[in-house]
Amino acid sequence: MGSRSSRAAVIPDVDSIRRETGFSQASLLRLYQRFRALDRSEKGYLSRMDLQQIGALAVNPLGDRIIDSFFPDGSQRVDFSGFVRVLAYFRPIEDEDTGIRDSKQPEPLNSRMNKLRFAFQLYDLDRDGKISRQEMLQVLRLMVGVQVTEEQLESIADRTVQEADEDGDGAVSFLEFTKSLEKMNIEQKMSIRILK
Amino acid sequence: MLLLLPFDSLLVSLLGLSLTVLFTLLLVFIIVPAVFGVSFGIRKFYMKTLLKIFAWATLRMERGAKEKNHQLYKPYTNGIIAKDPTSLEEEIKEIHFCRKGMETIMDDEVTKRFSAEELESWNLLSRTNYNFQYISLRLTVLWGLGVLVRYCFLLPLRIALAFTGISLLVVGTTVVGYLPSGRCKEFLSKHVHLMCYRICVRALTAIITYHDRENRPRNGGICVANHTSPIDVIILASDGYYAMVGQVHGGLMGVIQRAMVKACPHVWFERSEVKDRHLVAKRLTEHVQDKSKLPILIFPEGTCINNTSVMMFKKGSFEIGATVYPVAIKYDPQFGDAFWNSSKYGMVTYLLRMMTSWAIVCSVWYLPPMTRETDEDAVQFANRVKSAIARQGGLVDLLWDGGLKREKVKDAFKEEQQKLYSKMIVGNHQDRSRS
Repeated sequence: MGSRSSRAAVIPDVDSIRRETGFSQASLLRLYQRFRALDRSEKGYLSRMDLQQIGALAVNPLGDRIIDSFFPDGSQRVDFSGFVRVLAYFRPIEDEDTGIRDSKQPEPLNSRMNKLRFAFQLYDLDRDGKISRQEMLQVLRLMVGVQVTEEQLESIADRTVQEADEDGDGAVSFLEFTKSLEKMNIEQKMSIRILK
Repeated sequence: MLLLLPFDSLLVSLLGLSLTVLFTLLLVFIIVPAVFGVSFGIRKFYMKTLLKIFAWATLRMERGAKEKNHQLYKPYTNGIIAKDPTSLEEEIKEIHFCRKGMETIMDDEVTKRFSAEELESWNLLSRTNYNFQYISLRLTVLWGLGVLVRYCFLLPLRIALAFTGISLLVVGTTVVGYLPSGRCKEFLSKHVHLMCYRICVRALTAIITYHDRENRPRNGGICVANHTSPIDVIILASDGYYAMVGQVHGGLMGVIQRAMVKACPHVWFERSEVKDRHLVAKRLTEHVQDKSKLPILIFPEGTCINNTSVMMFKKGSFEIGATVYPVAIKYDPQFGDAFWNSSKYGMVTYLLRMMTSWAIVCSVWYLPPMTRETDEDAVQFANRVKSAIARQGGLVDLLWDGGLKREKVKDAFKEEQQKLYSKMIVGNHQDRSRS
């Protein structure tokens, strides 16, 4: 009854998504409704345009990089499972996640390491595992628009890379990145709790 | 075949009789009160009965859900995620932006304003059935009965009334237009307009509660209200005599517009004139400065919002310098959702949906008049009026533009954020360089 019924049974591949992401049935339902609300023309997938229309995201300095993280490998569409997979990084860490895990099972998407990996790839544009000075400069330019001069931005980028770079190769590797953030409560700062 | 003949004439005469009875009832109970502006209280009684039925229906569903040991999924409109109240200074900004960006993807303030509001209990309309699955046989029967009543009894009745109302408006205003200008013409024009709007109100079974009617707009003022649907016009105009502002349309709307302007001066713009903001402002200013002319009715949001929030007001009407009379309109979605999602439904589909709902129930608050202070500019004044309307109607006050329904956000907003971030990192860098 009603064309807008969105029961869990309607979500495609709900069981495999649940296993992969760790989201509860209720959370997935809520996210599915959100996916469909963002998909205004009801295509069944989201394009960059759909995400760019979120006003608060378009004005976020990291907005473009966040949107890119939904479209890996040059794809132009993201379906619901891809959508939720990215959001899974921000699932709060609960007790069952930190328990003793079978080492053969992959690390849950919302572990501290994976959260840091997500933040890292916002800067690592070519995905080579290092943030070069050039990449840092490019991302900073994206974030400040025309508000800062080239010289000033270069010195800021230089300093940022130097502070984190330990082995002196002029780039920030993932380990150096995690080291610079080791004191930060990433588990809490990069978690978004979905209300029941 | 010959056997059918006597039954045929009986059937025809029965039909004729019932139609006559129906029309007499219509006339006595609906049209005559509309003409004189009185009410028998039929609609209020209807509303109370419906509420009892809805409460019963929800109880049945809750019982059904408990039997099956599932939680009845109750949708909520407060948001999907828990917002973290930490401020920017306390953390590394980039991580903060990353998190905030993700939050907006999961739930942002604007997207949900452009789809219909979700209800907590079911009102027996399949169009609002989002998650209510536990529907027993009894409920289905009740729903079926509801469909029968709404489509076979209420719909024809409402269409007949709407037809009467609109034709009376067109004919009445044209006739009044032939009279010479003077007190008589004004008096008749006012009452023709009011009468026809009241009939239209009954055509939609709109149950309206007006508050603070002493603040109603006066001549030379501008009436601003939040916009949810085209019905807002009918609701306000049935309680006051306004000059309308709008674009000239073709078809039936055009006929109505041309007839209305014969009886009293409304402000209709050609499509080409609408783009010229100075021309629009000039014509509006001329209108308000003439104290004999009626108060103008304007909806500054520029588009229909789903009645849970008020969006940015366009500053045009606030630059004119007239007294502004704010009005807050809040619909009760329990009986029928009045929001017009123009990207989903056309006008005719929308009107049909309205006429097959149970009723349109709303409250109208007339707020005290406001004028622009000397140290305020038009934008600040517009925001002040908007906050007053949002507060009164219990709606969320948003800074965002209603144009976000269709377009991307303006670059100016993005530049502001970029400036803020730039100041932070440049300042940070300079501090560190010095140390």
